[in-house]
Amino acid sequence: MSSAREEVLGRVRAALAAAPPRPVDDGMPAYRRSDGEPHEAHVALFIERAADYRAEVRRVPRGAEGEAIADALRRRGVRRLAVPSDLPADWLPAGVELLVDRDGGLSHAELDASDGVLTGCALAIAQTGTVVLDGGAAQGRRALTLLPDYHLCVVDAGQIVGLVPEAIERLAGPGAEERRPVTFVSGPSATSDIELNRVEGVHGPRTLQIVVVG
Amino acid sequence: MSDTASLTPRVPFPEAAREALRDTQLRRNLGKATTTIRAKRHAVVSELPDWAELRDAGARIKDRALHRLDEQLLRLEDAVTRAGGAVHWARDAAEANGIVTGIAQRHGVREVVKVKSITTEEIRLNESLERVGIEPVETDLAELIVQLAGDTPSHILVPAIHKNRAEIRELFRRKLGVRELTDDPAALAEAARRYLRERFLRAEMAVSGANFAVAATGTVCVVESEGNGRMCLTLPRLLVTVMGIEKIIPEWADFEVLLQLLPRSSTGERMNPYTSLWTGVTPGDGPQEFHLVLLDNGRTRVLEDAVGRQALRCIRCSACLNVCPVYERAGGHAYQSVYPGPIGAILTPQLVGIEHAPSLPFASSLCGACYEACPVKIDIPTVLVHLRGKAVRAGRSGLRGRFGGESLGMAALGRTFSSRARYERAQRVARQAQRPLVRDGWIERLPGALSGWTAARDLRAVPSQSFRDWWRKRA
Amino acid sequence: MRVSLFITCFNDTLFPETGRATVRLLERLGHEVEFPEEQTCCGQMHFNSGYRDESLALARRFVRVFEGADAVVAPSGSCVGLVRDGYPALAEESGDARLAERVRELAPRVHELSEFLVKRLGVEDVGAYYPHRVTYHPTCHSLRVLKVGDAPLRLLRAVRGIDLVELPAAEECCGFGGTFAVKNADTSIAMLSDKMRHVLDTRAEVCTAGDNSCLMHIGGGLHRSRAGVRTVHLAEILASTEEEPAP
Repeated sequence: MSSAREEVLGRVRAALAAAPPRPVDDGMPAYRRSDGEPHEAHVALFIERAADYRAEVRRVPRGAEGEAIADALRRRGVRRLAVPSDLPADWLPAGVELLVDRDGGLSHAELDASDGVLTGCALAIAQTGTVVLDGGAAQGRRALTLLPDYHLCVVDAGQIVGLVPEAIERLAGPGAEERRPVTFVSGPSATSDIELNRVEGVHGPRTLQIVVVG
Repeated sequence: MSDTASLTPRVPFPEAAREALRDTQLRRNLGKATTTIRAKRHAVVSELPDWAELRDAGARIKDRALHRLDEQLLRLEDAVTRAGGAVHWARDAAEANGIVTGIAQRHGVREVVKVKSITTEEIRLNESLERVGIEPVETDLAELIVQLAGDTPSHILVPAIHKNRAEIRELFRRKLGVRELTDDPAALAEAARRYLRERFLRAEMAVSGANFAVAATGTVCVVESEGNGRMCLTLPRLLVTVMGIEKIIPEWADFEVLLQLLPRSSTGERMNPYTSLWTGVTPGDGPQEFHLVLLDNGRTRVLEDAVGRQALRCIRCSACLNVCPVYERAGGHAYQSVYPGPIGAILTPQLVGIEHAPSLPFASSLCGACYEACPVKIDIPTVLVHLRGKAVRAGRSGLRGRFGGESLGMAALGRTFSSRARYERAQRVARQAQRPLVRDGWIERLPGALSGWTAARDLRAVPSQSFRDWWRKRA
Repeated sequence: MRVSLFITCFNDTLFPETGRATVRLLERLGHEVEFPEEQTCCGQMHFNSGYRDESLALARRFVRVFEGADAVVAPSGSCVGLVRDGYPALAEESGDARLAERVRELAPRVHELSEFLVKRLGVEDVGAYYPHRVTYHPTCHSLRVLKVGDAPLRLLRAVRGIDLVELPAAEECCGFGGTFAVKNADTSIAMLSDKMRHVLDTRAEVCTAGDNSCLMHIGGGLHRSRAGVRTVHLAEILASTEEEPAP
């Protein structure tokens, strides 16, 4: 008696043998891997596109990120801030209670009760205004950027790529080789399920703010 | 065949459509919704100078996966297992349900949160869970609406498109116990958010579908808008993903193409709000136990058909639904399958066998708008006509079909056209036979099988001189 | 040049005036028209309804009748669409390699009228005169299968006296779809209803297209609703001159 596995595989093989498919061409059609634009244009495009998806974006020169972070948190009224355990020291604001997620120590309830979360990112995509998290440096685990209602994300200008293919290529290391979970974030959460009006803010952080550095 | 009840129309499409066409609210909602999405899709697709190349690449990627599906499945199984996940195989819906409920029961789970899965609608997982006392909680807003209403989904992407905001408000007031509630979409979304947040925080097990799974790496991908996917995929300790075997893609790099094609084709955005990729289990981050259920349930039957198997390329974007003039008017329920619209018309009959859904391939005027919109270039009109051929052949294999009115009529017409003498005689006969029906050069009533024409159209009378009569006279 | 006219069973029987106009037009442009009388039907109805055996027989006949011709022209986008798009599939399915070869050879020489004029002959101004307000419906086959593009509109724009007005949502299917119009009459009529609304919104007197199948459906609906708008095939407009005006 064959197992389900053997039977399904058997059916697949039989189907393909009975009607052999025409061979698929080798290689790939030449879709764009780069838009040929200079990096500065990518930074500007990223800021524009992220804002299109209702993420608030601000750009500051290198060295000013600490101040920008503190300012954003102050304006938001954040008192209890969840953070991953490896944030750069000069990002950490004074006068705010830090909930450090060491070894996944913060419970769902604690994260839910925080006023927001501060992280960096893996990279950002200009064309689509997307920020990508891969659980690497300064990002922490997924629940950290999911439960709080406010996410302040620091993007270094050098992390911005132009198009989606470049991003996927760069993510092959963390995502495929290292098997880390990867999350693409393009604006705060939305639904178009009610008569197709896009409604922002269902689950996930309803406010996303981005600070672009450099 | 209770296993495929979700895929098997009970009445022929024309009958179901007739009733749906009368629903003015459905017509308004659908018309507005599809027009809106069409415009959005058109705008973001026009932005890309390489859209044609991306479509070609998408078709190629999916064909590569399908043409060596057994190899790809084994690669995937191996990669997921090495990454700490468990892989299960399900021949049909019953088997898949058994696997999922078994996992839930072994862990003593009483409540399961669900995300993004028409596949679980296909296998009717919720019924199976409920039968053993486990409560499934739909977390996609539209699926929640459909669940609360005790209804069925009518669109792949926006399953509650047949409901308007006032109906949704009523539903939430009754079922969620929210008393003060306006019908403003933002308020409705907020009510859903609060109701579901509780469930997310206490959920022990989640069931998801998958948009893609990479054979080479074992990476599974879910594309979503609301954040409920991230909630389900991250918070519970136990995650089960039910995935049709056709969702496999060979390589990580294939995301370069598919994550461009899908968001632009489905919601008409450059990128959807959240896309989650995960591989097996990651210590300290998310579920610590992951199960992947590979589902056949008729897909291998589709694979057998050299012309029809391109339907398995489908990435569930629903672009074809949104451009289809038939779907726009008749709505999803008329197809009576969890897969409606143009893709449903070719996928459903192949999954269950043409004899169980013979009217679906005919539910189309063959306008071709779907093929134009499909991001993976499924030639839906060609497959529709191909399946019509199968339907006719299946019908003619029995005596009743072989000697039924249409079959005989078509055979007779074929013979008429196969000889000049017979054809010209038939032209003369038509000219004669129409006489009693003609008034002032027009026919307002055709009898019998042709009466559908004159239900709303006049027919100009057959002229007294055919073209070839004129040509001969002129010589 | 010598043009073989593929009249289509439809036009031959129900719309002979379209055939007469096509002949007049091509002769006016200086071409010789021949009409192989053995032609009957391309088999589209059978093919689209799933009666593939019958349609294969008709495909064989078509190839036999027309394969000697330099150019085959038909005032019908859907029939030409079948020859170019459907015949290769039928031939392949039949396993008859010789037939497949003959189809491959013939198909590129079979043209719909507007694409023949604009793409093969390079002509846009055919010397026509038609002083009426006209709107153009691009049929699905000519639009998506043959991809004739704006050839019909270029031809129409060059017609003297014409008041050409754009049809809103022009690319939406009219709802004919062959047997669909009868088997799924309700949906077909729902689609027709919107197409008629768009036609009426243009305040045109005439709706034209390259396929009498669509025009029969649209025109039939307009006539039933006493809308005061009629349908005229593209060939008849292009054949119309001051000396011999089309109605």
